[in-house]
Amino acid sequence: MAESRGPAVAEEMELVHPKTFLGKYIWSQDAKVIAIQYGLTATAIGLVALALSILIRLQLGFPGSFSLIDPSSYLQYVTMHGMIMVVYLLTAFLLGAFGNYLIPLMIGARDMAFPFLNMLSYWFYLASVLILVASFFVPGGPTGGGWTLYPPQVISPGTPGVGGGILLMLVSLIVFIAGFTMGGLNYVVTVLQARTRGMTLMRLPLTVWGIFMATVMALLAFPALLVAVLMLLCDMLLGTSFFMPEMLNLGEQAGHEGGSPLLYQHLFWFFGHPEVYIVALPAFGIVSDVLACHARKNIFGYRMMVWALILIGVLSFVVWAHHMFVSGMNPYFGFLFATTTLIIAVPTAIKVYNWVLTLWRGNIRLTVPMLFAIGFLFTFVNGGLSGLFLGNVTVDVPLSDTYFVVGHFHMVMAVAPVLVIYAGLYHWYPKVSGRMFHQGMAKWHFWLTFLGTYVVYFPMHFMGFAGVPRRYYAYGETAFIPDSVITLNMVITLAAIVVAAAQLLFLFNMAWSLRHGKPAGANPWGATTLEWQTPHTPPRHGNFGDELPVVYRWAYDYSVPGAAEDFLPQNQPPEAVRSADDAAAKGPDGGREAP
Amino acid sequence: MILSLALLTLLMAILGGWLFRHSWGARPWEAQVAGQAPQRQAPPGATPARVGLGVILAVATSLFALTVSAYLMRLELGSDWRPLAMPGVLWVNTLLLVAASLALQRAWRAARDGRARALRTGLAWGGGLSLAFLVGQGLAWWQLTSAGATLQANPAGSFFYLLTLLHGLHLLGGLVAWWRAWRRLGRGGDIVAGVELCALYWHYLLVVWGVLFALLLLT
Repeated sequence: MAESRGPAVAEEMELVHPKTFLGKYIWSQDAKVIAIQYGLTATAIGLVALALSILIRLQLGFPGSFSLIDPSSYLQYVTMHGMIMVVYLLTAFLLGAFGNYLIPLMIGARDMAFPFLNMLSYWFYLASVLILVASFFVPGGPTGGGWTLYPPQVISPGTPGVGGGILLMLVSLIVFIAGFTMGGLNYVVTVLQARTRGMTLMRLPLTVWGIFMATVMALLAFPALLVAVLMLLCDMLLGTSFFMPEMLNLGEQAGHEGGSPLLYQHLFWFFGHPEVYIVALPAFGIVSDVLACHARKNIFGYRMMVWALILIGVLSFVVWAHHMFVSGMNPYFGFLFATTTLIIAVPTAIKVYNWVLTLWRGNIRLTVPMLFAIGFLFTFVNGGLSGLFLGNVTVDVPLSDTYFVVGHFHMVMAVAPVLVIYAGLYHWYPKVSGRMFHQGMAKWHFWLTFLGTYVVYFPMHFMGFAGVPRRYYAYGETAFIPDSVITLNMVITLAAIVVAAAQLLFLFNMAWSLRHGKPAGANPWGATTLEWQTPHTPPRHGNFGDELPVVYRWAYDYSVPGAAEDFLPQNQPPEAVRSADDAAAKGPDGGREAP
Repeated sequence: MILSLALLTLLMAILGGWLFRHSWGARPWEAQVAGQAPQRQAPPGATPARVGLGVILAVATSLFALTVSAYLMRLELGSDWRPLAMPGVLWVNTLLLVAASLALQRAWRAARDGRARALRTGLAWGGGLSLAFLVGQGLAWWQLTSAGATLQANPAGSFFYLLTLLHGLHLLGGLVAWWRAWRRLGRGGDIVAGVELCALYWHYLLVVWGVLFALLLLT
């Protein structure tokens, strides 16, 4: 290090250092502990949703064989599976767990900007999950109105869970949104304010960019859900008519008049579509970093990647009505939204091309995180292409509410982000735990999950073409449904059980490796970003020991021509870069040419 | 939704412009030139509290814009909308909120200049007038309810209660921050930053109230 440079003490923040076990691990204000709390809670509730999906599949594969599943409970399983997976698992995991763990470490900060608020955010999230779980135990069970919670049916008599179930669902969403807003405030302010010296915006790892943009979108989109939920609660409890039209229900006049169910759909999808990208953008970011690191190559078109993230974020706010093509809207309106929807393919394609070009002539190492990242590329492209079908009004109308839609959105926003979550978990597990996971188990987990989900979701597209409708408890004797669909449904169910079992293998691997895994060392992948340069593994409270790191370069200096090592950490000063030719002869050498 | 979209476009344009400034001409692949010390990143004026307030205001803007959008759409879609006669007390309330905002502005200036007495008066008036505003809003609710314009009677009424409730809750949240500043003043701590945040937040809520009131009067 050069002596001319002043001390690198950036703006230090005071941290709360609790001494007790409870203070350290339960009421913790350390973002890393909060991240793990988020991750474990999301995993727990995700397992509930996984179990529900297996129940759904058992009914579809072997109709009527299980007395436990009646038409009402089937609808409840479908509803809760969707809601939990989208909001309580994917959003919470990608932003709550990855966001909390990675943002401070990657930008070189000691902690989040407002640690107390951060802790509160987790406890709100936990409360929302518990309220949601409670709805399984109230009389009538959880709501069965579909995860979109469309009025009037979701709060009308005859729908499963119309009493306590829907009430707890709505309350849980309000608590979730309140908690998320606190967390999101933290992520945005931390990224803007707490970056260490030298960490310019254009040197941020793409993971941070993805999480940052997704948070900005979530902060602006969740209010739409909040307003919709509040108004729905008023309609349900106080007898207002925001959404509830005048109608006869089970032969009785309901006490509402003039409300507009369409208004709810607009508000819901104004949140609902950005939500897709709230889940996708952090995944885009994480996968970029995993691909670059394990291909030992800089990310192709870094600035375009950032710009594409922003563009996707902005565009995703003007496409919501493509979820409502069959709601009877003005055809010109539909045309407008079909156009904006297809335009999103442009920045998304930029990202896909850039990922592929990052791999091109890279020094690809097929590590487990890399396998999952490449698996994501395939799944995302497949799911994205079926999105082109559904984005066109004329194609969408016949395919609406069929299994084509189920196949599409599971590919693009369920399996794809989950594959990235796994890529991220395997990539950062050595840093979080200090130990390596078991390779063999992890590879089995990958192949079973990747191939298994294809067996599950790929045939659904064909079922959709055949016109098989979604959300039906049983098809009975239906002329247009061929026998092959019955067989396919059985195959899909068996594959789904295999995939679910593979996830248990993953959980076992994580738990087993915590104790029996090989010590990983500080930087097992040879990664450049700051979280791998911490003095301790796992990083301690405060992250970076006595002095915060200083950043001299971007996060993608892999295989730099002329350098001795095949990666240069972000905090390596140019003076300390050893040249490959005369590293031993000359000692520290000057800077290098830009590629 | 046009209104919400316009506001969101504005927010996103600000974000995009800010990003553009930082990324145009940047060469991320180039390392720091040897011998040049990397700089501190956040601009000097931007404290975490100020940026945090900005984020909160953006979220609140989204919330109010969407509620107003829902109001306008329900007005258009439903055939049962009967305009609501606004109680006169709302004009008084508006004046109270303007006065509260002004008082907090004076308190902020006094805090910067170190005039303890003026700070104390301004802060006290700001909180007191805001409480009076909330009481006045409650009075308006009571007047409307006793005149038969209940929550259930008509969507115009339902939206009136919803909008004023959301605005009132935001003001109540602001009063928590105000109360903390007031307590700290009593203990003799430094409260310039706290009063500044209060004043800015109150100005924002005043603007929001102005928009909501105008909307309620005009439709």
